[in-house]
Amino acid sequence: MENNILLSMEGINVHFHTRRGIVKAVRDLDLQIREGETLALVGESGCGKSVTAHTINRLIPMPPGVIESGKVVFRGEDILKMSEKEIQALRGTQISMIFQEPMTSLNPVFKVGDQLADVFMTHQGMKKKEAFAKAVELLDMVKIPVPEERAHSYPHQLSGGMRQRAMIAMALASPNPGLMIADEPTTALDVTIQAQILDLLTDLKDRVNMSLLLITHDMGVVAETADRVIVMYAGRKVEEGSVYQIFEDPSHPYTLGLLNSLPSNRKYQGATRLEAIHGNVPDLLTLGDGCPFRNRCEYGDESCDRSFPGATVKDEGHSLWCHYADRVKKDKDK
Amino acid sequence: MLKYILKRLALLLPTLFGVVTLVFFMIALAPGDPARVMLGERASKEKIERLRADLGLDKPMSEQYTLYLKRVVHLDFGKSIKSGQPVMSEIRERFPATVELAFCAMIFATLLGVWIGVLSATRKNSWVDLTSMVGALFGVSMPVFWLALVMIMIFSVGLNMFPTGGRINIRYYFTPETNFYLIDTFKYLFRGKPEYFLSALHHLVLPSIALGTIPLAIIARTTRSSMLEVLTQDYIKTVRSSGIKEGRVIYRYALRNALLPVITVIGLQFGLLLSGAILTETIFAWPGIGKWLYQAISARDYPAVQGGIIIISTCFVLINLVVDILYSVINPKVRLQ
Repeated sequence: MENNILLSMEGINVHFHTRRGIVKAVRDLDLQIREGETLALVGESGCGKSVTAHTINRLIPMPPGVIESGKVVFRGEDILKMSEKEIQALRGTQISMIFQEPMTSLNPVFKVGDQLADVFMTHQGMKKKEAFAKAVELLDMVKIPVPEERAHSYPHQLSGGMRQRAMIAMALASPNPGLMIADEPTTALDVTIQAQILDLLTDLKDRVNMSLLLITHDMGVVAETADRVIVMYAGRKVEEGSVYQIFEDPSHPYTLGLLNSLPSNRKYQGATRLEAIHGNVPDLLTLGDGCPFRNRCEYGDESCDRSFPGATVKDEGHSLWCHYADRVKKDKDK
Repeated sequence: MLKYILKRLALLLPTLFGVVTLVFFMIALAPGDPARVMLGERASKEKIERLRADLGLDKPMSEQYTLYLKRVVHLDFGKSIKSGQPVMSEIRERFPATVELAFCAMIFATLLGVWIGVLSATRKNSWVDLTSMVGALFGVSMPVFWLALVMIMIFSVGLNMFPTGGRINIRYYFTPETNFYLIDTFKYLFRGKPEYFLSALHHLVLPSIALGTIPLAIIARTTRSSMLEVLTQDYIKTVRSSGIKEGRVIYRYALRNALLPVITVIGLQFGLLLSGAILTETIFAWPGIGKWLYQAISARDYPAVQGGIIIISTCFVLINLVVDILYSVINPKVRLQ
């Protein structure tokens, strides 16, 4: 079990030093990704999903960002201790990334094929011509029609879906891919294209044997593609489990609220209509050390303010972090 | 691409026609009688009338205008009232000097300005950034004539490193063909007289720096802000996350996008230098068109003023065309439209 862990993050704390104070964007985060697995990181905007992703490939803008503590062990090596050169060699080969906005993620003044070819030239020392041919091959692999022609196109000549495919191709430009981080890869696309892109991602993941870290706020996407799920709230991990455990037995009040706010056939805790989580996300500047969900939580009281709870293990691989895990469970069973 | 350029060239004609018309009427309707200026206060009425007839000033305005248009098409701007020489041949002698100087100044300003701008943007808020931006502020605010004088004082008079003025060592005699001295003396490089070319280059250094300082500062600031904006774009995140080396990210991927607004600024500044180098030309005894035009205006030498303005505006329009073409080369989105 332990051997096939591709990436593990331990005790990660990331702070941003802003003019108004210190924003603690990610707090005490532990996570593991196994070989060939799809892990979904779920939560609303500003909960630290993207910061977590950028910690992995060390692209947090510093300053203002600071990785205060923690370890990111990838294939046995701590990424945070690497030199800039070493991490550059990992980026694009073993850790690659695709972004939310395919419209703006490709450089508008270069041909798609040239941008792809450059990755090959950088990492594999290929000559221009060879690299371009390889780029066409990859465009074909992500099912772009007439790849020879598209390689000579500029990004604005492609549709959103095609650009996202080209981005995926760029992330695959490696003989030995390890982890692909997909930061909201389908948010900017319409629903049919979303489905195609997700299919493509899962399909490619199995073909080249890589792991996928999927960052999203879309529970539908999670249900469809993920193996395991981590729910984050205001920089903290609040629940973790397999995709079945999370959807069959959501146990943290926040996860329950999240699922009950979705139009779906399934409602939890006897909810009969679309429920909203009342209140707002707390200001990360003024947030104390207690449970960040306390003010929006029906179970929250003073003891929640004092400290962040330890893990409550529900099942094998299913944990949650809540002071009142037992009471939530009792209410659910009613 | 070729179609685009041809289309743009065709559009030049109405623009130039407008320039010629505007220049003609602005001068023709300006108060003051050139015949009287030429002959002086005490000239007799008959003499003035005769000169007016010679110059065609007695004809109705519409006829003067059509005659003028006809001549302009043949690049004939008439004779200078002051010197009696054809205006075109005077321009041919002087304008290349200005273009040569402005060109060198712009090369200096562009290369250094873009480099400083990139350096500042990539090291935002560091001492490099602060120093160069304060320097740029000084550069923009510095009066050119003062900078030129100080440079002459230090480098010419004090250190004796550069000549104080002129275009070439006066002992080097040659017949100019194009009046671009760098081009004219280039062939002497291979005829055993490389000192001709070197002297022309040597004479260009100080005036180019003096003239290029303001554009340098403007280009550096534009590059910096444009670069800062581009560096926050998603596509820069993309290349970084695909492991491309930082130097390549900056100079290949970011700079090309950041250059778009910079090119516009370079074009505008170049156009300004062509017409506005009067101070620099005066201080460095540079026989260019700025000084010549200034003198023509004070002397109410209308044919010369008209000719000079038309040539300068034509160059301005041409530079804009070049800028637009460069734009479309760099930005593929423009090319298709």
